[in-house]
Amino acid sequence: METKKLTCIVCPLGCHVEITKNDGTFNVTGNKCPRGEKYAIEEMTNPTRVVPTTVVIKNASLSRLPVKTSKPVPKKDIFKVMELINQVEVEAPIKTGDIVIENILGLNVNIVATRSMKSVI
Amino acid sequence: MKYDIVVIGGGPAGLAAAVEANKNGIKNILVLERDRELGGILQQCIHNGFGLHIFKEELTGPEYAERFMDELKELNIEYKLNTMVIDISEDKVITAVSPTDGIISIQAKAVILAMGCRERTRGAISIPGSRPAGILSAGTAQRYLNMEGYMVGKKVVIVGSGDIGLIMARRMTLEGAEVKAVVELMPFSGGLNRNIVQCLDDFDIPLMLGHTITEIRNGNRVTGVSVSKVDENLKVVEGTTFDIECDTILFSVGLIPENELSLKAGVELSEVTNGAVVNESMETSVPGIFACGNVLHVHDLVDYVTEESRKAGRFAVKYVKGEINGDKENVIDTKPLNGISYIVPQKLRTAYLDDNVSLYMRVRNVYEKATFVIKADGEIIKEIKKTHLAPGEMERLSIKTDLIKNRNISELTVEVVEEVK
Amino acid sequence: MYDIAIVGGGVIGCSIARELSRYNLNTVLIEKNNDIATGTTKANSAVVHAGYDAPAGSLKGKFNVRGNEMFSQVCNELNVPFNRIGSYVIANDEEDMKTIKDLYDNGVKLGINDMEIIDANEVRKNEPNLNKNVVGALYAPSAGIVESWELAIANAENAMDNGAELKLNFEVKNIIKNDGVFKINSENEVIESKMIINAAGVYADKIYNMVADSHFEIHPRKGQYFLLDKVEKDLVNHVIFQCPTKMGKGVLVAPTVDENIILGPTSEDLGIDEKENVATTFEGLGFIKEKVAITTDKINYRNVITSFAGLRAEPSTGDFIIEESDQVEKFINVAGIKSPGLSSAPAIAEYVVELVENSFGNLEKNLSFNPIRRKRIKFNELNDEEKAKLIKKDPQYGNIVCRCETITEAEIVDAIHRNAGGQTINGIKRRCRPGAGRCQGGFCGPKVLEILARELNVKPEKIALENIGSEILIGRTKEKI
Repeated sequence: METKKLTCIVCPLGCHVEITKNDGTFNVTGNKCPRGEKYAIEEMTNPTRVVPTTVVIKNASLSRLPVKTSKPVPKKDIFKVMELINQVEVEAPIKTGDIVIENILGLNVNIVATRSMKSVI
Repeated sequence: MKYDIVVIGGGPAGLAAAVEANKNGIKNILVLERDRELGGILQQCIHNGFGLHIFKEELTGPEYAERFMDELKELNIEYKLNTMVIDISEDKVITAVSPTDGIISIQAKAVILAMGCRERTRGAISIPGSRPAGILSAGTAQRYLNMEGYMVGKKVVIVGSGDIGLIMARRMTLEGAEVKAVVELMPFSGGLNRNIVQCLDDFDIPLMLGHTITEIRNGNRVTGVSVSKVDENLKVVEGTTFDIECDTILFSVGLIPENELSLKAGVELSEVTNGAVVNESMETSVPGIFACGNVLHVHDLVDYVTEESRKAGRFAVKYVKGEINGDKENVIDTKPLNGISYIVPQKLRTAYLDDNVSLYMRVRNVYEKATFVIKADGEIIKEIKKTHLAPGEMERLSIKTDLIKNRNISELTVEVVEEVK
Repeated sequence: MYDIAIVGGGVIGCSIARELSRYNLNTVLIEKNNDIATGTTKANSAVVHAGYDAPAGSLKGKFNVRGNEMFSQVCNELNVPFNRIGSYVIANDEEDMKTIKDLYDNGVKLGINDMEIIDANEVRKNEPNLNKNVVGALYAPSAGIVESWELAIANAENAMDNGAELKLNFEVKNIIKNDGVFKINSENEVIESKMIINAAGVYADKIYNMVADSHFEIHPRKGQYFLLDKVEKDLVNHVIFQCPTKMGKGVLVAPTVDENIILGPTSEDLGIDEKENVATTFEGLGFIKEKVAITTDKINYRNVITSFAGLRAEPSTGDFIIEESDQVEKFINVAGIKSPGLSSAPAIAEYVVELVENSFGNLEKNLSFNPIRRKRIKFNELNDEEKAKLIKKDPQYGNIVCRCETITEAEIVDAIHRNAGGQTINGIKRRCRPGAGRCQGGFCGPKVLEILARELNVKPEKIALENIGSEILIGRTKEKI
């Protein structure tokens, strides 16, 4: 049996939800709507997050380019994702949406630029 | 130089106002931006969560800004970068400075103020101690980290649980720093729930509500802090003090609209919002000078900034076209009562109301199950039930104009009535 | 080999360096910190007192009155803003009025002849924001306000323009005298000098003990202050002192030359080992609020932009100590320069030159001495035409870096490259004010740092807030690349 206490973030209400896993079934309490139950189960089985961060960029007026994961990635992989992102270096010009890393960690998620930067040379 | 509309500030508010003004038929618009690029503070807010209302998708700050920048450029709206406005006169002569243009003097028919806000500093909240290195406001650290790629510390304590502080807790953690705690004086957080979960809980960063820093230890740099509990009167509780070792303290203790220019133009300010007193058109006490975004009042959602700024742009056009003639009749004052700290706009001229009136406000406390009671001259005209209210989240109430128009109402009040448990 | 080494780059050491640069002397000013004017000089009331309250016959009394007389000319030559706005000592009852009369009489004894005792109506007319119970005041028109750190910096700059040297980050570890030569050792450097002038502030006893058995001790006395935003600038027009009572000297409310309002100080005697304790405290700041309320209830503490504390060098002798040592020849102590030290600084420097001349014999004049410090351009104070002209000449004047105080990039660059220039974030703030305004450097800090790194040609990580070890940035993200 595994129990977890969570704050639901589906809406601003922020219900304090408790979820218990017992023999493959889930018991969710404290939620005020069905979306809370879904959120709690996801948070217990496979919580995912979008990771916004930066990569090194050359030949631009700034030295860091903001990027994000194109889709949420498993929470447990956040730091592994960061490690790979930290090793990348791109060169301006860059357009928003440009893929900086393709299919990171085989997760079927790309790292994409979240702003455009002109080349300064 | 002469322009129909001059927009001061090229951040989200100024961009949305300029684009909307253009779309409403005035093409002779100039946007003045002090920084080297458009986009304002959103350029350093690289986290996601922007745009859910306006674009129905979740964007990062730079992405949100870029949509408006692209639109501005497509519409060929003129803008000047590296241009700092140093004066606005009551008759709308704007003086600005730039390295390339020198001193510029511009006569505008209408002015839209969109200069944004600044962070409240440690000095302003009088946290005692010395002034060593390692003490920054969260937004300054955010700029260093996200735009220039510099770390400001390794072991961090964040004071104040506003959204910038929470977001920085995650950013510093992702970049390898150890965030020891977020210390919040109030018994509730000033930030959004999703930020508490995704920026603190995800990384096991403790949120210490009802605590304050009582001592900063330091050599040339911060070496640690003492933290103590406070009681319901926010006074330190003896015997609750404990130490945290850290090399950096980030302050995220509120934002203040930057209205030094507005004052020069003779614009009346509200003591509560620190922004201009405006009417339904986002027009200030000086006819033809409008205000929107964080210079008007501090927002937590950029979507509302956009909404409000579009309105300012639209009405600036009406003003330039002579469709608003400073009608002083049928002016309704909005007034915050129990549980509400302010309402924007402060004045409603019924002649210029759209079909619906949007009232933006903040509540003073956290409420579970409460009702907004809206009264016109003391008579209840609408009640809106809410299951959750918090000071950190701006509320927008919408009322049908029919409820207040042509009824000779002088005052519209809003109050929070808590459900008896 | 130097002729003279001045230990301590505060307003006293810097003033002495400038006075000595009028002569052909090989002078070095040594300072333990990363910049001059970082001790008592950067954190005090910044008031030039009229001088009526020191006992007649004391050095404090003598030098304050003379120093006050000299201020206009010194500040004029050095291009330091100095406003002789006058001071009031306000009386709230008849007993206070008696004290004020005593102060008046004492002032006359010291040679101050322009004071007046004014009645309540006059006080209220000129200071409408004071509390209603005021019954009269001692008005001293010769009192003024000045930026104490700018005065120190300007003195050092002018001294260097005229040939003096400055050594920063030189903390004196020991001094050995041999054959009439002082060997002054820091951690990693030795300099030699024929004479030492000890202007080491709260550390003057420690420095003197390196060569002699000091007959005095210097105790740090802490003073805490509030600084208010410019929106409060019309609160008072004069330096407003409270009437001294058995309970203490009270606190002042005064305008600053930068149009802020300063409140304070506390007066807290610290232990002899607490010479770096410049922390503000809940109690101290609370004390100021409580005391200020006696003067005026019109203060909106929402407009506090910062609070700070400084240490005064309180001598065990009770008076300034300005003399050549009777134990060590050619070692001059300028110690215990507590309040009114700033007011006395020009006169002290003048007198120290006499002591040097007595010791060395006739001094040879520096014929190329130029008393004028190059004017510091303040963009914000120019008219539009002048602004436009400047930007055309140097586009950096068109780049406003600090929006609260309207400071341009060109002013910052100038502050870096002058003699005794600023090399740190706080050093630039003291010289031309970016970060001194209401946002306290939140916006301009990163820009000032970038300009400093560029102009000094060092990595941004090397730029310090104040001393070495107070760097703002600790490294870069993604450093593995």
